[in-house]
Amino acid sequence: MLTAFVESKLDPTKAVINEVCKAGDPWTGIVKQGQIFRILDLEGNQAVDTLFYNAEDAEERYSAADTIQKQGKLYLTTGSVLYSSEGRPMLTIIADTCGRHDTLGGACSSESNTVRYDLSKRPMHSCRDSFMHALQHSSHVHDRDMTKRDITANINFFMNVPVSPQGALSFADGISGAGKYVEMQAEMDILVLISNCPQLNNPCNGYNPTSVQLLIWNAN
Amino acid sequence: MTLKFDKHKVLWEETVPGGCHWSGLVRRGTALRLTDLKGSANVSMLLYNAEEKLERYNMPDTLKAQHTAYLTAGNVCYSDMGRVMASIIYDSIGWHDTICGLSDAELILKKYGASDYQTNSNEMYRNAKDGLLVELSKYGLGKRDLVPNINLFSKVIADKDGVLTYVLEHSKAGDDIDMRFDMNVLVVLSTAPHPLDLRNKYEPADVLLTAWHAGLASNEDICVQHCEQNKRGFINTSRFYAS
Repeated sequence: MLTAFVESKLDPTKAVINEVCKAGDPWTGIVKQGQIFRILDLEGNQAVDTLFYNAEDAEERYSAADTIQKQGKLYLTTGSVLYSSEGRPMLTIIADTCGRHDTLGGACSSESNTVRYDLSKRPMHSCRDSFMHALQHSSHVHDRDMTKRDITANINFFMNVPVSPQGALSFADGISGAGKYVEMQAEMDILVLISNCPQLNNPCNGYNPTSVQLLIWNAN
Repeated sequence: MTLKFDKHKVLWEETVPGGCHWSGLVRRGTALRLTDLKGSANVSMLLYNAEEKLERYNMPDTLKAQHTAYLTAGNVCYSDMGRVMASIIYDSIGWHDTICGLSDAELILKKYGASDYQTNSNEMYRNAKDGLLVELSKYGLGKRDLVPNINLFSKVIADKDGVLTYVLEHSKAGDDIDMRFDMNVLVVLSTAPHPLDLRNKYEPADVLLTAWHAGLASNEDICVQHCEQNKRGFINTSRFYAS
């Protein structure tokens, strides 16, 4: 497995934002150009479904396909540049103690849960419900007129979705653990939209969704 | 049994020249046969529910429901609402990419050089992203509707580290695929090159579109029977049209 474990020297007590997102909740934030954004897996094996938008113009957003195409590689880790739908760098991953993150698996929804598990699973809490809730309630996305139309293929930090050379795709046990983190520097002003995944039907959260921590540091 | 292509059931035919773009409404029960006329074709495609265009092809949901990283016969294309939009009922090729996205103007210029309308008229080099955006704009759609797409006829494999390799000469002249549409679908497509195509000459293949009457999926259909997930997906689709 290709991994690039790089630790960070940043001091959490110096962070300008230091918040906890509870299991199954959404989180939004603004990361200014040059600032550094860390997502910390507090208890381990927690998928963090994440979308990025240009804070100035949310029509420009994270593009999984552009990111995969430009790096010629499926997985994200230190050195990966996260590209926008306009082909511009949005953030660069500069530290990663997990080693690999997914951007093929998307977010769970009540509708996809009916397909993947059972028609009766529709009422279960899902990432898309969290995204929709945040679009209606978060001060960071208020007045941006964002809807389901703006929800595109996301990153799943700490999630393990291996693809075999034969083209098989699986949701494997997480490779993350308590205290693992990923850190990225913003190349433009970024709106962050997160669903701390509530999925209970597969191993992406170790069948036990838990809290994650979000930290932002000013440049230098 | 899945209905087989029958020339007596053909509704219309149209050739999309290499590099060009096309869109149209394909109704539930109609199939599109796409034929690679020259070899090494690529068709970048997106699907939208014609009645509610917020509902669209969803690459992650399609892959994870069927535990696959590519598309072939037996696979279906899921919308973000858990419904089967289209299903691959026949495929002579065996692998269609849905991971690598679209070629864009910058990539085409860098890879193949400049060839604009002023110099080369309709032989100009076109790219998939702008082709799809032109088509989407005709229906009031735009950049916000551009999500990860399908690249029919193209194969890209990943090694154990996830490093991607484009497979040369994957699709041959005459290769074809039948996509049955299980909903009323707005189809937008471009025949511009695959973004990871290794060839350094711009010569995208022409693709023949043949619409034919396939009818609705039966319980024995290969796409319905492919996996338990697909059975549930077809139930969701049938409920959408229940009356």
